[in-house]
Amino acid sequence: MNHPLHAKFGIWDLHCHLLGIPGRTPEEKMAGLLEIADRHQIERLCLFFSSTWAKNPTADELRTDNDYVIQAMSHWSDRVLGFCYVSPEHVEASLDEVERCVVNGPMVGIKLWVAQRADAGELDAIIDKASKAKAVIFQHTWFKQDGTQTPGESTPLHLAALARRFPDTHFICGHAGGQWELGIRAIRGLPNVSVELAGSDPTAGFTEMAVRELGASRVIFGSDAAGRSFASQLAKVYGAAISDSDRQAIFRDNLRTLVLGTGKIKA
Amino acid sequence: MIDTNVYLERWPFRRLTADDSEQLVATLKALGITQAWAGSFDGLFHRDIGGVNERLSQKCRESDDGFLIPFGTVNPTLPDWEDDLRRIDEEFQMPGIRLHPAYHGYMLDDSRFAELLRFANDRSLAVQLVVGMEDERTQHTLHRIPSVDLSPLKAVLKEVGGTQIMILNAFRSVSVAQAVELTLDTSIHFDIAMLEGIAGAGKLIESLPAERIVFGTHAPLFYPDSAILKLIESGLPEAILLKLKAENAANWLANR
Ligand SMILES: [Zn+2]
Repeated sequence: MNHPLHAKFGIWDLHCHLLGIPGRTPEEKMAGLLEIADRHQIERLCLFFSSTWAKNPTADELRTDNDYVIQAMSHWSDRVLGFCYVSPEHVEASLDEVERCVVNGPMVGIKLWVAQRADAGELDAIIDKASKAKAVIFQHTWFKQDGTQTPGESTPLHLAALARRFPDTHFICGHAGGQWELGIRAIRGLPNVSVELAGSDPTAGFTEMAVRELGASRVIFGSDAAGRSFASQLAKVYGAAISDSDRQAIFRDNLRTLVLGTGKIKA
Repeated sequence: MIDTNVYLERWPFRRLTADDSEQLVATLKALGITQAWAGSFDGLFHRDIGGVNERLSQKCRESDDGFLIPFGTVNPTLPDWEDDLRRIDEEFQMPGIRLHPAYHGYMLDDSRFAELLRFANDRSLAVQLVVGMEDERTQHTLHRIPSVDLSPLKAVLKEVGGTQIMILNAFRSVSVAQAVELTLDTSIHFDIAMLEGIAGAGKLIESLPAERIVFGTHAPLFYPDSAILKLIESGLPEAILLKLKAENAANWLANR
């Protein structure tokens, strides 16, 4: 069985973790993830932190995780793009990690999760360094309605505050804030911010609203596998009432432009 | 392919691409779905359930070659709900009902729930029970509906006996271990609309008998492509796929 649009588009997935994939080593898990990605003809995928769920990782945990991701990527450098895990709670260590993993290493971007909110002043030095390295900058965001927002967890409004301080730097608003009707509005006025579609239910209308309010060039596909399926997240692009050229931009071309900008891959 | 989980009418908090029933049918058919079991969004919020079920029946009759199969609403907290059930059976001749305990404000250990199941059994109506409609983290501020707590269900089924029951949208809040426990000594089935995790359907059948899992999209609230892609992603053998796509649902309905 196949989806009617199967193999019609080039697909890059902005957002994967190896957490939850069976395997004894990072390489085994990576092979397992790619085998399933192949069922949807996903060409490339980005790997985020993959060895720890710690909400406030220590400097050592950041380094260990980045080593883990680099090891997982190593056999598949043509298919896997690594993101360096950094935290505003460990500014010096994060700057060193960007130097080690992005400037002098194979990684193409940085991932910011829930250690501290995106409007924290401590982030400025990290963003400055990542921006100079032309790294792709990803910040997790959620607007949680049910009281489960964690103390360091950003909403898109926190990211908007950061993006205003760095108008010449591009930011990706992870999950579009979960409540995408709010998240899209929160960053709408900031042309240096894109939304990613990953990690929420495949609620109809999400992608259509993002394209209407931001333009397809500011919308990026990601899954948040292995916690999410590729399936439910691909559905947001396959199932949306948008043009095929918008679908292609969202599935791959917007992310490819950002990654090409790092100089880490060839056109 | 039988889609056990679709809705007609309007979701109150946003317009959906396929919230017109003709558009919904066209979208589902384009994905290879040949039959869809339809409840009504109106049934969650309206109190004139007779009107809700009449419109549902009418729209399903109007759909091509019986594509839409109606599952009527019953809200056992409303006066004279028994007559809604009678009309579902006698007047509208629907094969089953779809229950939304969280939206109608009762728990499964409420005696009205057991009473409702007894009445449904007497009329050979199949029963779908919906755990939730959307992620609690994304609900509208005026609309904070918890997931249904299924823990009293087995005891109620034992007391009532013989209900043909299917749980929709379980896997946001129900763990696989809980689902396995629920299937022991019952004929409970689950749909995959809210099943998550990479290759999730493949993982699910390692624990749950494949015969108890049915295909459901939760369209038009969800993009229906999601459930189709889940089957593809799970790399299941053809014989299992056939069960999930249609056989299990057809058998479930036939055995009511
Ligand atoms: Zn993630």
